[in-house]
Amino acid sequence: MLTALVFLPAVAAGILLCLPRTTPPLLVRAVWVAVSSVEVALVLAVWAGHGSGGGMTHETRAVWIPSAGIGYHVGVDGLSLPLLALTAVLFWACAVHALRMTRRVRLLAALFLFLETTCLGLFAALDLILFFVFFDLSLVAMYFVIAGWGHRPGAPRAAVKFFLYTFTGSLALLLGFIGLYLAAEPHTFDMVALARGEVTAGRPLYGALVLLAVGAGLAIKTPTVPFHTWLPPAHTEAPAVGSAILAGVLLKMGTYGFLRIAMPLLPDRWREFALVFVVVGVVSVLYGALVALAQRDFKRMIAYTSVNHMGYVLLALGAAAGSAGTADGAARLAVSGAVFQMVSHGLLTGALFLLAGVLYERGRTYDMTAYSGLAARAPVFAALTGVAVFGSLGLPGLSGFVAEFQVLAGSLGPRPLATVLAVLGLLLTAALLLGALRRVFLGPLRLPVAPGTGRPFPDVRRHEIAAVVPLLVLAVALGLFPRVVLDAIEPFSRTLLGLVGR
Amino acid sequence: MSGAADGAVTLMTAMDENPAGLLPEVFLAASAVLGLLAGAWLPRHRQWLVGAGATAACGAGIVAAAVAGDGPRTVFGGAFAVDPVTCTARVVVLSGTLLVLLLSFVPFRSHPRESELYVLIQLTALGALMLAGAQDLLLLAAAYLLTSVPSYTLAGFRKDERGTEAALKFYVTGALLGVVMLAGITLLYAAGGASSYPRLAAALPDAPSALVAAGVVALSAGVLFKAGGVPAHFWVPDAVQGSAPPVAALLTTVPKVGALAALWRLTAVPLAGADGPWHTLMAVVAAASMTLGNLAAFFQTDVLRLLAYSTVSQVGYLLLPLAASGRGGQAQSALLYYLAAYALTNLGAFAVVCALPRARLLAEYRGLWRARPWLVLWLVVCLLGLVGTPPTAVFLGKLEVFTTAVDGGAGWLAVLAAVNTVASLFYYLRWVRAACSGTEPCAAARAVVGPAAVVACAAAGASVVLGVAASLVLPLSGGPLAR
Repeated sequence: MLTALVFLPAVAAGILLCLPRTTPPLLVRAVWVAVSSVEVALVLAVWAGHGSGGGMTHETRAVWIPSAGIGYHVGVDGLSLPLLALTAVLFWACAVHALRMTRRVRLLAALFLFLETTCLGLFAALDLILFFVFFDLSLVAMYFVIAGWGHRPGAPRAAVKFFLYTFTGSLALLLGFIGLYLAAEPHTFDMVALARGEVTAGRPLYGALVLLAVGAGLAIKTPTVPFHTWLPPAHTEAPAVGSAILAGVLLKMGTYGFLRIAMPLLPDRWREFALVFVVVGVVSVLYGALVALAQRDFKRMIAYTSVNHMGYVLLALGAAAGSAGTADGAARLAVSGAVFQMVSHGLLTGALFLLAGVLYERGRTYDMTAYSGLAARAPVFAALTGVAVFGSLGLPGLSGFVAEFQVLAGSLGPRPLATVLAVLGLLLTAALLLGALRRVFLGPLRLPVAPGTGRPFPDVRRHEIAAVVPLLVLAVALGLFPRVVLDAIEPFSRTLLGLVGR
Repeated sequence: MSGAADGAVTLMTAMDENPAGLLPEVFLAASAVLGLLAGAWLPRHRQWLVGAGATAACGAGIVAAAVAGDGPRTVFGGAFAVDPVTCTARVVVLSGTLLVLLLSFVPFRSHPRESELYVLIQLTALGALMLAGAQDLLLLAAAYLLTSVPSYTLAGFRKDERGTEAALKFYVTGALLGVVMLAGITLLYAAGGASSYPRLAAALPDAPSALVAAGVVALSAGVLFKAGGVPAHFWVPDAVQGSAPPVAALLTTVPKVGALAALWRLTAVPLAGADGPWHTLMAVVAAASMTLGNLAAFFQTDVLRLLAYSTVSQVGYLLLPLAASGRGGQAQSALLYYLAAYALTNLGAFAVVCALPRARLLAEYRGLWRARPWLVLWLVVCLLGLVGTPPTAVFLGKLEVFTTAVDGGAGWLAVLAAVNTVASLFYYLRWVRAACSGTEPCAAARAVVGPAAVVACAAAGASVVLGVAASLVLPLSGGPLAR
C-alpha cells in the first residue's frame, strides 16, 4: 500500500507524458487533480492503518542490490506520517491552484506528479540509498520546475544555483552515508539496522566526520545560515506552485533527515556536537528574521522567514540532545514541537506562497512598495493572507503557536540563553509580517503601474480559494486540536529520545 | 610435489592454444579481414554489407563471451587471461562497438571508404579486447599498437583540416608515449626477468624498487594515453572535435575500457606485491584527471569538446578503485560496473550528438525542446547520468567507487571526486539549459538521424535499467583474476 502510495503519481506522470500533444489541457488538469486527491485519500488510509501505537508500520522490505548493501525498505512512523500527509495535501493544493493554467500544463503536471513521488518516497524511505535516490530526483524535478516555469529572465540562473547548491549538499550526504555504511558490520545502508547501535562507537573522529558530512548536507537543504543563500533567488524566480512545494515540502527534507538519520544513527556524536546545532539554529532564527525585515520583495521576505522557522527546528533538536537522557518531558516536548513546526510551516508557507502567486498574477511584481490598500479592492485575498500571516507569526489558536510554544518550552530548560535569543526572533518576525500586512493591505489604494497591468485588481478566484482555504483550515484545526497529530508524533519522539539518550 | 604440480600447470597452459578461448577476438579479427577483402570488390552501394558483417561479429562475440564464462584461466602460454575482467571488458567493448557501428551506418552510407571505416572500427575494438586480456607485457605492447594505429586513421578519416590536425596530434602523442611505454616494459623486464604477469608478480617484490618504479611510471604513461587520462590526455579534445561524431564516440569509449581493464590487471597481478608508489601514482593521476578535465570543460561551447573533457574527468573517477585497491573483489566489481555504466551513458550522449549532425555548438541546441522533446529527454537522462544522478547506472558506479576509495583509506580522493561531481553538474547543465530553453524550434532539429536517435533512446533506457537492476550485474564481475 505504501509502495502504491509512493509510485502512483510517477506512473500517472509517465502516462501523461505519453499522451499526444493535442490532449486537451482540461483532461490533463483533471487527471492531475484526481491523482492528487487519490494520494490524499491513500495517506489518510495509511494513517488510519497506523493505529495509535509507536513504531514502524506498513513496512515493506525487498531485496534490491544486496551485494552493495542496498535494499528497498519503506515504512511509516510518527515522523513520516504527518509529513506524508503534508506532502499529499500540498500537492493537492498546487494541482487545484494550477487549474486555470494553460501554458504547457501537461509537462508541469507530469513534473509535479513525479516530484510528488520523490517527496513521498523520501519520507517513507528506510534505506539510506533509497532516501538518497529520492533526494536527488527531487532536485532534478525542482530544477526543471524553476527553470521551465519560473519568472524570466532570472529563472534559469536561480535554477542552476539551486541545483548546484543542493547537489553539493546531496553529495556531502552521500559521503556521510558511505561512512555509515562502512562503519556498520555487516556493511549495510538500512536505517533500521544502523539505528541498532552507534556504528561509529569507539571512533570519535570518524563519527564526527560522518556527522559533519551528513549535517552539512542536510543543513544546505534545510537551509540554515550560512548555507541558505540559494533559497531566496530560487523562491523569487520559481512559479507560485513551485515555491509552495519548495518551501512546504522540500525544505522539510533537511530537517526530516536530521530526525531520521543524523540523530538516531549518530546519537553519541549528536550529543557531543549538540551545541553546534543549537548555535546554528539560533543564528538562523535571528539572521533569517533580520534579513526578512529588510526585504521589499514579498516572496523573498517569506523565503527568509522560512530560514527563521527552520532555525527553531534545529534549535529544538540540538536542545533535545542535552536533556535526552533525563526523565522530564522537556526533550520530548522539543522534538514533538520540531515535528509539529515542520507540518505547520509547510501548511502556512505553502498557503503564503500560493497567495504570493495570486498577488503576482494580478500585479506582475512582488515588490511590496508597489501595492497599498489592497484590502479594499480584494477583501477575501486580504483575509486569507491575514490568517496565513498570523499563523506564521505564531498567534495562539493557529498551528504555528502550538509548534513554537512547544519548541521554546522544550528548549528553555537545557538551553536558556539560546531560547531567549530565539524569542527575540519571534518578536522580529511578528513585527516584519505585520508591517508587510499593513503596507500591502491597508492605507490608500495603490496598484503597480507596469505594462499590461492596467486592469483592476480582482479578488481571489474560486480555484485559488479552493487551493488555499483547505491549507488554512488545516492550520487552524491543528492549532485548536493539535492532539490529532501529536498523538502520532509523541510515540516517535519517545523512541527517538530513547535512541539518542542511550 | 609442488614443483611437479607447477610443472604440470605450466605444461597445461603451454598446451592450451585452443582458439576457442579467444572466440570473440577471433570473430572480430576474421570479420575485419573479410571486410577488408570484400570491401575491395563490393560496389559502393553494397559496402554496408561489411558493416552488417561487423555488427554480426560483435553480436556473436558478445554471445561467445557470455557462454565462455569467466572461469579464471589463461590461454596461449599464459599470455592471455580469460577471467571476470576480460569477460566484462569483452561484453562492454563489443556492445560499445555495436552501438558505434549503428551510429556510423547513416553518416557513412555510400562513403567512398565506407568498408574501411568498419574495418578500422573493428580493429580498434580488437586492440581494446587484447589490452583488457593481456597477461604479458609484450602482448600489452602489441595490443597498444593494435588499438592505436587504426584509431589514428579513424581520427583523420574525414581528411579535412581539423581531422588531419587531430590525427597528427593523436599520432605524435601516441608514438611518443608508445616508446615511453616500451622503455617501461624494458625496465620491468630488466627488474623482473620476465614479461609474463605471474612471474613478474613473484619477481618484482625482490627487485630494485627504483627500477620497478621507473618502469611502472613509464608503462602507465602508455596505458593512460589509451585511457585518455591526465597527463596523457592532450589528444582527446582535438581528436574528438576533429573526427566524425561516431568515431569520437568510439575513441572515448572503447579503448578506454580496454586500457582501464589493463591498468586493473597490472595493479592486481604483477604490482600487487611490489611495494612502490603505484597507488599514490594512480591517486594523483585520478585527482588530476577529474579536476583538470572538469575545469577545462567548464566554458566549452562546442558540444564535442565539452564531452571530450567530460570523458577525461570520468577517467579520474574510474581510477579511484585503482588508487585505493585494498580490497580486491569489491574494487574490481566497482571498476568494472562503472566502466559498463560509463560506456553506455557516454555513448548515449554521443548518440544524441550524432542524431543532430547540424548542431555543433551549445547555442545550436536552443529550442530543441520545441522540436524534439523525446531527444531532449534522452539527452537529459544521459547527461544527468554522467553526473551520477540516481537511479542511472553511473550513480551506482560512483557510489561503489567512492565506497572503495573511502574504504581503501583514500577518503580525501572521495571528497575531491564529490566536489568534482558538483562542478561537473555545472557544464552538463549548460547543455541541458540550452536544449530546454528557447521559444523557436531549433533549426538543427530539422535533420535528425533516426537510427542515432534510437541508439540514444536505447542507451538512456539501458543506463537506467542497468542502474535499477544492478543486483543482476554487480556480483558477476568480482571473481578472482587469472594468475
